[in-house]
Formats: sequence, structure tokens, C-alpha cells
Amino acid sequence: MSLATFDLTPLRRADRWHPAELAFWLLPVAAYLVFPDNLVLLTQIAITALFCLSLDLILGYAGIVSLGHAAFFGFGAYAAGLLAANGIGDPLAGLAVAALASAALGFVTSFLVLRGSDLTRLMVTLGIAMMLYEVANKLTDLTGGVDGLQGIEMTPLLGRFTFDLYGKTAYWYAVAVLFLLFWAARKLVHSPFGLSLKGIRLNVARMPAIGAPVNARLSAIYTIGAAYAGIAGALLAQTTQFVALDVLSFNRSAELMLILVLGGSGSLYGAVIGAIVFMSAHHVLSDMNPEYWQFWLGALLVVVVLFARDGVMGGLRRLSHAAGGLRKGAR
Amino acid sequence: MDYALQTRNLAKNFGGFTATNNVSLNVEAGARHALIGPNGAGKTTLINLLTGFLEPTAGHVILQGEDVTRLGQHQRVKRGLARTFQINRLFADLTVLESVTMAVNERLGLGARFWKPVGAHGQAVEEAVALLDSLRLLDVAHEKTRSLAYGKQRLIEIALALAMKPRVLLLDEPAAGVPTTESRELFESIAALPRDVTILLIEHDMDLVFRFADRISVLVGGALLTHGTPEVIANDPKVREVYLGEAICA
Repeated sequence: MSLATFDLTPLRRADRWHPAELAFWLLPVAAYLVFPDNLVLLTQIAITALFCLSLDLILGYAGIVSLGHAAFFGFGAYAAGLLAANGIGDPLAGLAVAALASAALGFVTSFLVLRGSDLTRLMVTLGIAMMLYEVANKLTDLTGGVDGLQGIEMTPLLGRFTFDLYGKTAYWYAVAVLFLLFWAARKLVHSPFGLSLKGIRLNVARMPAIGAPVNARLSAIYTIGAAYAGIAGALLAQTTQFVALDVLSFNRSAELMLILVLGGSGSLYGAVIGAIVFMSAHHVLSDMNPEYWQFWLGALLVVVVLFARDGVMGGLRRLSHAAGGLRKGAR
Repeated sequence: MDYALQTRNLAKNFGGFTATNNVSLNVEAGARHALIGPNGAGKTTLINLLTGFLEPTAGHVILQGEDVTRLGQHQRVKRGLARTFQINRLFADLTVLESVTMAVNERLGLGARFWKPVGAHGQAVEEAVALLDSLRLLDVAHEKTRSLAYGKQRLIEIALALAMKPRVLLLDEPAAGVPTTESRELFESIAALPRDVTILLIEHDMDLVFRFADRISVLVGGALLTHGTPEVIANDPKVREVYLGEAICA
């Protein structure tokens, strides 16, 4: 093959929107029409999807394992909650404050997290989240402690859309934020920066030898991931008008890891699909058996990790490969 | 004399063990310089000291006249020192073109661009394509690295290093593990590397060393035993004794 005949199309088209993706983003509209009485659950799914997306950016793309990602979710939730409880009820202002607060926390803690091996990272992230949990638990005057943060009052979104009892505004608000941040994340993973993150995950030892400042890149994506998580937490605080202490719990961090693995880490859609599958399964299974529903979830997780390592997205990819049909765009 | 890479009294101790012992190496600009020595002679340690993967216990590393002893790996890369690895360190799930484009991005300072897609940075992509063309890798440009034969993967090792547009290139046993059926193409590519790039070759394959090098330094027990032209080295009784054996009479 010569330079003149070389076809750059596969690289140039890597970030094109695939028709399957466009169809995917019609799902929120379909869900709204089909399940009009379940908007609260659907809103939770969108928020969880955004939270999961934030873990996917740092774990799925950059390879940073974390068992304490709830730290940023909770920090954002309290930041937005406290802002609204203290008289500044504008939702977007709350998102901005939460994003900045969590990003700052992410940036500062990134220097601790980036030291050492995967096991060290697991423990450091876990430890930071535990400390934050107990701080929130202790500062009852500020956070309400175990009783939760109350008195959150939101002003209408963009000055026009009141947060209604049915949760319509909340739903579209959460979906819109999810979509915008998904779109931005999609830009990011297809950019040179995103490529360098994949390089770091695939072979961190090589990266300095091609002149890449590994720690600076990891610090940057960790900060961005923290901001995303903070926005997800803020959405929860604003749409439920309440912040429970468990926004910072270990359970939330661990569950998030489970959701990402279930959906398929290293694929943005994996994060969103994982949230949809997990929350729906949770809903259905706990309806059937409120006490033991986690049994089936555990079984599902074991099966996915052993037999479909890239989660639902990996399974879909293999299916579509087999069918010779849809491909790369959805990655 | 114009030196591309020098060490002055370079030493590295691991606990009580001296892996590098007072090495003062001079690599002339534009040279094809080979570093040879028996197993355990400290070749890899020396490479790691040169590239900044390890910090020396004593001594200095001087790159194009600048003391880089205290600089990290990626800072030395920015100053023109690139290397390949004895054992492939590639990006298995990236395509060949993505891998090399990523490396070019870093050299051009585009690596932190987070908005426009990789394919929209035309200069980097074009350069990567041209580099792959020069190494005759265009055919596999869109293949995942993991799917390639080992010999081809060794070429990608070199492509990633060349993407740094190095002034000095360290080739750490470039032919290691390559079956003889694939090695000819690899040797040709190495021989065709641009003459203005200074090359320091660490190699076990004496065939390749004597075909390729115009200077040879011999490392034994962490210290430099001798250095000289291939003829001098091949006929040096000390070298024969410790390393080459009587088999080679070049």
C-alpha cells in the first residue's frame, strides 16, 4: 500500500454518531411515554447513569480503580443541597457549585490516589470516602447527620420550569444534564487526551517513553470524573430535595463498580446501560422479593464477570460482530 | 568531538551490589554505537539510567551537552532521547495508526487536547502515516497491535520511538524474540534509519552488531572494559576472553 492510496477513513470516522446511538437517545422519550407513573425511578436511573459515567471515565478509560467514588457524589450532593437550603435555589447554580466543589476535592485527592498500585488506590479511595462519611455524620449542624439534610427548596429551572409533584421537570432536567455530559465525555474519549488515557490504561510503563506526563493526565481525568460525580450527586439532592447520609456510603461506591462492570467498563454506553439494567433489575427483583433481591443480582454479577467480561456492551458487540452489522460508533 | 550522549562516572548500587560501576561512555553524534556484554553485565541498568527510569547513585548523564541527570523520563524524551524496549511495551488494543498518532501527539504537545477528535489533528495524523509508510507498516495501520506477528510488533516499538523525532535513539535488543524468518525486514528497517539520528544499540546478536555498528563499547560486571571500532573489538584478546569466545574472527 502506498501513501497515495492509504485510506484514513477508519480513524477520521471514529467519532461519528452511529444510527444506533441516535436511536438509543430516543429511549428517554419512549420511557417517558411508556412509564409515565415511574418518573421518579427513571430520574434515579438517569442520575445513576451519570454517576456511573464518571467512574467509567476514570476506571474504564484511564484504569484508575476506586472503591470510594461516592465521596465525590456525596460531596456534590451536600454542596448543592446546602446551597439550596441556604436560599440559593437555582438548579444550575447548584450544579455549578457542586461540580466545582467535587472537582476541587478530586484534584486535591488525586495526588494521594495516583501513588502506588491498584490495591493502594482501592484502599486510598476507600479511606477518603470513609473519612468524608464520618465528617458528614459528625457535622450534624451542617448536614443533619443521620437525619439527612432537609429544607432544600428549588427555584424553577431556567426561571420557568417548576419542579412538579409528578417529577416531570426533574426527569427532563436529569436526562438533559446526562445527555449533555455524555456528549462532552464522548468528545473527550475521542480526543487526543482520551487516546492518551487509553494508552495509560493499556501500557502505563510506555507512556513516559513517548513523552507523556502520566500523572498530570491522570490527575486531570480524576478531577473531571469527580466533577461529573459531583453533578450527579447534585441532581439527586435537587430532584429529591433531600440529602441522606448514605450518598457517601461505601455501599454506593461498591454498587457503582458493580453497575459499571455489569454494563461494560471502557464504553460510555456500558455505563448508561449498566445503570438501566441494574436499576430496573433492582426495581423488579425487590418488588418480587424485598428481602433477598440481592441474591439474583449477585448471581448476575458472577455470570457477567466470568462469561461476558466486557459486560452487556461486550456481549452486544460480540453479537453485532457475529451479525456483521453495527460496530464502532457505539464505543 | 561532538557527543550526542555521554555519561560521566556513572554509578548505580542496589544495596551492596554495584550494577553500574563508574561508567564514562561517549557516544558521538551520528554514530551507530553498539553496547555489548555478557548477561548480567549491567546493560539494562545502564539504559535505565540513561533514560531516567532509574536515578544514579553517582555521576552524570549528558544529552547533547545538557546535564539531564535529574530529569524524568518524559522530560528527556522531550529533549530528544527516545528508546525501544527489550520486551514489547505496546498498546495491544489500539490500532497501529492510533498508537503512533498518540506518540506524535505527545511530541507535538497535542496530548492534552480534549475536545476535537484525534482524526481532526491533521498534522499529527499525516506524520504518523508517513512514518508508518517509511517502515512499510501502512498495510497494517488499521489493525489492532495485538493481531500482528511478533516481528511486525518489534517494528512498532521502533515506530513509537521514531515518532519522538529523536536525536538519540536507544535500541534495546531490537531483534530479541524475532524468528529468523521475520528478522531480515527488521534489520533492513534498522539499517535504513536516518543517518542524523545517533543510535545506541544494545544487542546480543553479534551478527547484527558487526553488520550495523561503527563503534562498540564492551560492558563487563557493570564497568566499561573497552571501546573501539568493530575491527579493534573483534581482535581484542580481553574481549574474546570475557565475551566473544574464539568463535568470532571477524
